Amino acid sequence: MKKEPIIKLETVSFSYNGGKIIDRISLEIKRGDYVGIIGPNGGGKTTLLRLVLNLLEPQSGLVYLSGQPVSQFREWSMIGYIPQKATQFETRFPITVGEVVSLGTVARKGMFRRSDKADEKSVENALHIVGMEEFKSKLITELSGGEQQRVFIAKALASEPDLLILDEPTVGIDLESQEKFYELLQNLNQRMGKTIIIVSHDIDVTVNEVSVLVCINRSLIYHGEPKQFIKKDYLEKLYGKGRRFILHGH
Amino acid sequence: MLEIFQYSFMVRAFIAGIVIGIIAPLIGNFLVARRYSLMADSLSHMSLAGVAIGLITGIYPIYTAMIVAVAGSIAIELLRTEKRISGEVVLAMFLSGSLAIAIVLISFARGFNVDLFSYLFGSISTVREIDLWIISGLGLVVLTVIFFLYKELVYIAFDEEAAKVSGVKVRLLNIVLVILTAVTVSLSMRIVGALLIGALMVIPVVAAMQLRKSFKQTVLFAIMFGLISVISGLFISYYLNLAAGGTIVVLALALFGVTIILNKSN
Repeated sequence: MKKEPIIKLETVSFSYNGGKIIDRISLEIKRGDYVGIIGPNGGGKTTLLRLVLNLLEPQSGLVYLSGQPVSQFREWSMIGYIPQKATQFETRFPITVGEVVSLGTVARKGMFRRSDKADEKSVENALHIVGMEEFKSKLITELSGGEQQRVFIAKALASEPDLLILDEPTVGIDLESQEKFYELLQNLNQRMGKTIIIVSHDIDVTVNEVSVLVCINRSLIYHGEPKQFIKKDYLEKLYGKGRRFILHGH
Repeated sequence: MLEIFQYSFMVRAFIAGIVIGIIAPLIGNFLVARRYSLMADSLSHMSLAGVAIGLITGIYPIYTAMIVAVAGSIAIELLRTEKRISGEVVLAMFLSGSLAIAIVLISFARGFNVDLFSYLFGSISTVREIDLWIISGLGLVVLTVIFFLYKELVYIAFDEEAAKVSGVKVRLLNIVLVILTAVTVSLSMRIVGALLIGALMVIPVVAAMQLRKSFKQTVLFAIMFGLISVISGLFISYYLNLAAGGTIVVLALALFGVTIILNKSN
């Protein structure tokens, strides 16, 4: 396994309409980490992801993926990206679960190449990992929010990525499905060795689930173990007095 | 042999109609999925401006229509992505704007005449052999491009951003899709006419959507509905002496009505 960090940011800044959204953030994410990114709304969490994914270009600073500057990075199949589902994916047009997941194999194929048996196998495998095999020929709109989210994870897994990036994956999903969902992420991280980055507004859950916590509010507020974050008064700094954690035992 | 096929102009109309009955709904699927349904209409108005240029300059109007529509489709796409004007607004602007240009050009030349009407409403009796070659040749190009770029185009239609992250060349393929649309629109003018081509691209697709099948099956059903509308439309219009373009679109609407009822009863 390569030694260099899977993601590296060097004093990255990004402004939009004159307002600084990301201010000189430097950060390294190691392979195998399970990283939670938290911070207040408008604090730049999603912007940070978009910079990492080369969907936005920083005004200054550099982003590296697997040691390569992001603008030159080509191995996109290594990354499984799960955007905020509700706002992104078009669900009015009919498409089946199997077809959605097979979109995940597009990354590793070149242009002009049609899907083949190996892709079909990856789709089956990905659906198996998230436990959604029997839904393969259902329309995506026939599924509940929680089931849809598992399908989007399967889509991301279909390219057999090393790194999964999830933006607010549990929004609009009932609590029971959320629990199962976090179980799945633990599994992917610990048993399958995937690096996971999850952006969430749900601080309590995130702090309990992840192994590395990143807290940003324009600049980097905290980067380290979640336990240390809880001990200190970071939360009060971020959200004001009276904010406490709810801790769950594992 | 049926009497209808003894006329070579009807044979030509059927061949051209079948090609258009396949490619118009095929492209339409990708337009409807990404809420771009008005694209076809905007481009047909641009084709009309192109026809006007052809009528004025004496160049074969299908060529000028195609050139103007392709240039316009690229302009729409660039305005949408570079200037960040929302797609809907750009389309609305081009929809009426290009019609205005067409009208000015036409009145500048020699006023409305029969020739122009044949492009507005389609005129199957005027499909010439050269039209057949152009329609079949470019129809084949459209089919081939979609066959090989199918998975990328589906990805972009459903989630442009995720497609971009997967390394799909989204900007390039968006331009490819609008060019294919422009070509299809200008090819179809001879059969259904500029005013109705949008309907042939959209209605069979919306009908197929009611069946609630997979994306691939929806595409196939849309093509089937397109073909049924065109073929039966040509027959009916011939025997009842009706305008072919209008008949085809009315049949597509009728099919849509049937699928809506089927959907409700399920």
